[in-house]
Amino acid sequence: MSLTEADTSAILLTLKLAAITTALLMLIATPLAWWLTHTHARLRAVVTALVSLPLVLPPTVLGFYLLVLLGPKGAVGYVMQQLGLSTLPFTFAGLVVGSVVFSLPFAVQPIANAFAAIGARPLEVAATLRASPWDRFASVAIPLARPGFITAAVLAFAHTVGEFGVVLMLGGNIPDQTRVLSVAIYDHVEALEYADAHLLSAGLVAFSFLVLLMLGRYSGHWQRTPT
Amino acid sequence: MSRIEGRFRVTLGEFSLDADFSVPSHGVTALFGQSGSGKTTLLRLIAGLARARGRLVVDGDVWQDDSVFVPTHRRALGYVFQEASLFPHLSVRANLEYGWKRVPSGERTIQWDEVVDWLELAPLIALRPHQLSGGQRQRVAIGRALLSCPRLLLMDEPMAALDTGARADILPYLERLHHALELPLLYVSHALDEVTRLADHLLLIEAGRLVYQGPLTEGLTRLDLPLAHRDIAATIVDAIVIAHDRALQLTHVARGPVVLELPGLHGSPGAPLRVRVAARDVSLTLAMPQQTSILNLLPATVIELADDAPGQVLVRLALDDTVLLARITRKSALLLGLRPGTPVVAQVKSVAVA
Repeated sequence: MSLTEADTSAILLTLKLAAITTALLMLIATPLAWWLTHTHARLRAVVTALVSLPLVLPPTVLGFYLLVLLGPKGAVGYVMQQLGLSTLPFTFAGLVVGSVVFSLPFAVQPIANAFAAIGARPLEVAATLRASPWDRFASVAIPLARPGFITAAVLAFAHTVGEFGVVLMLGGNIPDQTRVLSVAIYDHVEALEYADAHLLSAGLVAFSFLVLLMLGRYSGHWQRTPT
Repeated sequence: MSRIEGRFRVTLGEFSLDADFSVPSHGVTALFGQSGSGKTTLLRLIAGLARARGRLVVDGDVWQDDSVFVPTHRRALGYVFQEASLFPHLSVRANLEYGWKRVPSGERTIQWDEVVDWLELAPLIALRPHQLSGGQRQRVAIGRALLSCPRLLLMDEPMAALDTGARADILPYLERLHHALELPLLYVSHALDEVTRLADHLLLIEAGRLVYQGPLTEGLTRLDLPLAHRDIAATIVDAIVIAHDRALQLTHVARGPVVLELPGLHGSPGAPLRVRVAARDVSLTLAMPQQTSILNLLPATVIELADDAPGQVLVRLALDDTVLLARITRKSALLLGLRPGTPVVAQVKSVAVA
């Protein structure tokens, strides 16, 4: 038994979505995590709660509001239309936006924890050794927070691969554009094609297990090294 | 002579710091006080790691005043923390290079090889921080700070986190730096033995107030200051080795006309040697005693007396420009009729290398 062309396409689309989402999340989550770790602003609690919302909300709720917001009558969609852009729902770009929002806490929290674990001292040392704030961030904070970045990237990637509710609400089920792995599995089950559903599902189980195994190996990396 | 001058006022909850200081920008200045007295706070203010209202001028350069605050990374200072705080993700070499690489090569005031030699870092350079002992780590941290070519070196109890053995290993390196470098060193400590060994000047801090600033010898012996009243009160004498008596295993040192003998062979003739005389090892007589086991009998003049522990007084003595402390009983002081100006003979039972 082998994969159908449609399933192969769904797998490739899923990997593409996860890769792009992860890359974007690293860019967004890093400054956000840094700000959350170092600010004393009252806004901090509000932003922390907002970032964590996708952890507790049903993905359908998140997907629904994203659909409303990004759709032609939503605030973002309206502005995009005014700028001559097409709206995002039911496009791959729309899926990327949804995935980024959906996986944001999985990227922000490990990075923020890693930044917090560094403490003030290494950055102070770097300052006394003539390193400017940007220099300190790049040469001390980023390398020391490496385990946090690895955890964040792996979690964001895996979480995006497993996403279903947001995709369905926001992206629908358009082959080669928004029909990702989890939706393909759903379709197979709906059509009573259990063998195909098994193949994809078992693959996803194996993938998830490997990811968690890797994560366990990496995350202990620095702790085992006394400083 | 250029100086480091500062004034800081800050209140943090219960604690308030009010320090107005001026120290020479050469030699070692000890910032001495109990835990919680504000030593580290003052050092962090000088480094710009903490902020408070104040003013700081180093060799004529304003680092802070009402309108200026030079951030830490633009201050030419080196800072050695209590824990070595080496970067764990970098090798020893990369740790040493961290500050070094950030100083333009034309502005480097110190040689890489010199620092590596002084601190004997060559065997460590290829290792990772976690492979080093506590003392080795602190040596690398000192080297790293020196290689950033500072004009002012700050050390916050660099030996407090080390065990006795590792401390004994580090001290000679610090002494060597002291002699080899022109660099002013501001050294925070609450260990009097470190201070008497290393320092030239003293800033004495108590509950956020500077109670003394000036030469170390005076700070140790002033009867109105707490150090003289400690159980281990002692004076230091910065002397020169004049001769060794190899047969009797004694070293003769001199400071002006004052000659002291101490057991053991130390230094080489002509070399400076700092010796330490504990107040409790000095007794007084009015006439030169005959046939005594005490080698060091020094004519001196009483400068002042002060009450000490119950039944005891501290006597401050002048021998030319050398000052000694003697801790004697109140009864002895009365029997001898000691008053400022009384000529006495100080019997120094024991002299040790500081």
